[in-house]
Amino acid sequence: MALTREQMAQRVARELEDGFYVNLGIGIPTLVANYIPDGMDVMLQSENGLLGMGRFPTEDELDPDMINAGKQTVTARPGAAIFSSAESFAMIRGGHVDLTVLGAFEIDQNGNIASWMIPGKLIKGMGGAMDLVAGAENIICTMTHASKHGESKLLEQCNLPLTGAGCINRVLTDLAYLEIKDGAFILKERAPGVSVEEIVEKTAGKLIVPDHVPEMTFVEAS
Amino acid sequence: MSGFDKRVASYEEAMQGIESGMTVIAGGFGLCGIPENLIAEIKRRGVKDLTVVSNNCGVDGFGLGLLLEDRQIRKILASYVGENAMFEQQMLNDEIEVVLTPQGTLAEKMRAGGAGIPAFYTATGYGTPIGDGKEVREFNGRPHIMEEAIIGDFAIVKGWKADWYGNVMYHHTAQNFNPMAATAGKITVVEVEEIVEPGELDPSQIHTPGIYVDRLIQGTFEKRIEKRTVHS
Repeated sequence: MALTREQMAQRVARELEDGFYVNLGIGIPTLVANYIPDGMDVMLQSENGLLGMGRFPTEDELDPDMINAGKQTVTARPGAAIFSSAESFAMIRGGHVDLTVLGAFEIDQNGNIASWMIPGKLIKGMGGAMDLVAGAENIICTMTHASKHGESKLLEQCNLPLTGAGCINRVLTDLAYLEIKDGAFILKERAPGVSVEEIVEKTAGKLIVPDHVPEMTFVEAS
Repeated sequence: MSGFDKRVASYEEAMQGIESGMTVIAGGFGLCGIPENLIAEIKRRGVKDLTVVSNNCGVDGFGLGLLLEDRQIRKILASYVGENAMFEQQMLNDEIEVVLTPQGTLAEKMRAGGAGIPAFYTATGYGTPIGDGKEVREFNGRPHIMEEAIIGDFAIVKGWKADWYGNVMYHHTAQNFNPMAATAGKITVVEVEEIVEPGELDPSQIHTPGIYVDRLIQGTFEKRIEKRTVHS
């Protein structure tokens, strides 16, 4: 079975460490905040100028001056800091953020990422994505392994215009967890019940399959 | 009397001198911390062919979206647009030129402009369409592209509190692009929620020192929320 969005977020959350400053993109990455392990202190960075993003506000706490990069109203947690956009991107571009999680349309075996533009469709902009992929050393991309029509999104070379060149080294799809190294995807883990053959079939880029590929395990949420 | 009194009496006076064809840098992120009354004054004046530099372009009927109604914007530099139907339509009809700019690069372009730095190098955008045609230089074994600074004929800024010397503080994430915008205008106009006497603000808590501010006005603000999300 392919991973659900929640399982993907759970799997990414296993890469968190106590004391990490983390930037989460829109979509599945945002869900990772729901799976921060108990007892672990993680600070969420929102690129509009907030380090220490908290939960959504109650009606009483609602403040139009307090939003996240997705323009949703949020709160600041205890220990948070608020600053300008230039300061925020100094953190990002200066490599101070420990982990960045973001979505993508395509990834290729050389670590190139395309995530912001589909020619012929309305182009809304890259927001902070180009800064995030260029500035972070530690990035996890979350995406579906293949399109609805079964076309692989893990490619030899990205077809769509790039967001960044050679900057991605870890990908979590709904089928597998992979690393990218020396011009190839390396299959590290597979989703429960998903065969290596299925992953091979749905990966268009060069794929290295180790002798043993462990299956991910998930504890049912209670 | 003080030569440092930046207060003006009206919004009309605040935007005095703005002309068609000028470049306007605006603070704000989405609808948060936008100089909403200064934008409304630009609409009232009907100036055209503006180049607008702002992270976003408002929504239909509010914020910079107001300037789309009478086709006052010819060109925009932004990182994310298209939250409004009118923008989409004008973009598809080629009535507005859009220069999509990575968010950090946009902030840095304003910061550099205000700081007298004409250009800078960044890895952001290298190898992407954003890097096309730009000078590339390698530093520490990594290619970077050159990005040029931006200066506006006007910068329009939304602050929280200011003293009448023009020392400004921002509130929460309504800060965003405002401090950089404030430095990068040939004429910087700041509207705030409250103007206080000099000495009332803690000098070490000032975000934008008055030296950057030319005109200051107190206004009332709608502060529309773009995505209202609450915790049950």
